[in-house]
Amino acid sequence: MKYLCLVYLEKDKWHAVPDRECKACGDGFRDRGLLLAAEPLESVETATTVRVRNGKTYITDGPFAETKEALAGFYLLDARDLNDAIQMASKIPPAREGSIEVRPVRELVVGS
Amino acid sequence: MAADSIHQAIEGIYEAESRRVLATLIRVLGDFDKAEEALHDAFRAALEQWPREGVPGNPRAWLVSAGRFKAIDAVRRLKRFDALDEVGEKADVAFIDTAAWADEESVEDDQLRLIFTCCHPALAPEAQVALTLREVCGLTTEEIAHAFLTPAPTLAQRIVRAKGKIRDAKIPYEVPARADLADRLDAVLRVIYLVFNEGYAASSGRQVTRHDLSTEAIRLGRLLAELLPAPEVQGLLALLLLQDSRRAARMSAEGDVVLLEDQERGLWNQEQIVEGTRLVEQALSSGSAGPYAIQAAIAAVHAEAATAAATDWDEIVGLYDLLVAMSPSPVVELNRAVAVAMRDGPAAGLAIIDALLARGELKDYRLAHAARAELCRRLGRTADARASFERALKLAKQEPERRLIERRLAELQP
Repeated sequence: MKYLCLVYLEKDKWHAVPDRECKACGDGFRDRGLLLAAEPLESVETATTVRVRNGKTYITDGPFAETKEALAGFYLLDARDLNDAIQMASKIPPAREGSIEVRPVRELVVGS
Repeated sequence: MAADSIHQAIEGIYEAESRRVLATLIRVLGDFDKAEEALHDAFRAALEQWPREGVPGNPRAWLVSAGRFKAIDAVRRLKRFDALDEVGEKADVAFIDTAAWADEESVEDDQLRLIFTCCHPALAPEAQVALTLREVCGLTTEEIAHAFLTPAPTLAQRIVRAKGKIRDAKIPYEVPARADLADRLDAVLRVIYLVFNEGYAASSGRQVTRHDLSTEAIRLGRLLAELLPAPEVQGLLALLLLQDSRRAARMSAEGDVVLLEDQERGLWNQEQIVEGTRLVEQALSSGSAGPYAIQAAIAAVHAEAATAAATDWDEIVGLYDLLVAMSPSPVVELNRAVAVAMRDGPAAGLAIIDALLARGELKDYRLAHAARAELCRRLGRTADARASFERALKLAKQEPERRLIERRLAELQP
């Protein structure tokens, strides 16, 4: 089963964990065949939001959420179950600076 | 056997086995809702067949197989496609192979699996409690809602959400691995203690004790101690038994709170005290006693004192020292201060409580102010006692507790 581990960090902790640590973590997961994808993100200041309403595309700067922590990156993992996913999430280095949200991936229902 | 006595036998088997059968069916079917439905169908089948054919030799195995068969049959009926013939064949084979599904060892494991799954830390604490009472104890949603003074639809929603998360996020149905066991067991013990406390001292409302939840918590503690006899499990069960042993003495006939020192000790339940004390000794002698065992040891020291005056306060202060070192919290320090006051006099206790209050964490805790008031009263500092009782009264929510504080206030010399 796939789990998306979303890494949240406060702005001033964005680079608190050295990149090489995150890379080592991702490589470790990949070597064990558990990593489907992982990327870090640029800061929220670089974000753009796109919406389509009545066929018209609206583009806005942001979002700049009120919460202090923002999405800083993700790991898409292949885990046996939630316990395994939590176990792996606890190994993601930014877990000690910010937080990791573990979300099960849903299968698209295309048949009906 | 006459039909009536068969029905009675089935009722007895339901009482004794339905939770075990459910725990196994959840493993076999991999789904809480399907398992509940299958359990229901299995007992309906028993009601039809057993009067005709007699009660089977191993009713539990029969029920598990019947439940499993009915669940697979339901899927087959739903789909009515050839592709499912394969599943059907497997089902028939498994129906013959009954014993393997329900031997003693795997049934015990299933019960532990169920407990650990219901108390999984990825579920909200109130959902853990609700799910445990429903699935492990077999209480109805309405009974749980009533006990927690929560509207039944809210509680039902909580249970549905928790089951949804178990299914969708794939919380595994398993006993945690050794490395995680201590942490996960803590969560289970916390749930049991929460259930007990909810029964022992409701957080608001008129009645202070709610019998059923305390009994349910003790039953759970007993079950867990049987399945997993770890020192902290024994410690918790001992604590529950020793606290519960005072149930008959802690309320007057008028429904007023009676403090420990004023309780009629003859009303204490000796059977629970004996069992609780034995469990404390076991837990302590293991060398790895935790906070529950230490709290139980404190309760056991109270229990062995024939009168309040005969209490071994030195021993109790020593145990609180251990507890403060093991799991520091301002509330534990407050309890220690009260014990120090009993051993060394009210001034010594008051000094600790004032220092605690000055730290700020307990400034809205009613019992801190009530304890301070009591010590001031004993020292003859009536004005200080009055001010602290009034502060405690402002913070107290339970009616019996409010009446106790009001009584203490009225008794103060002007």
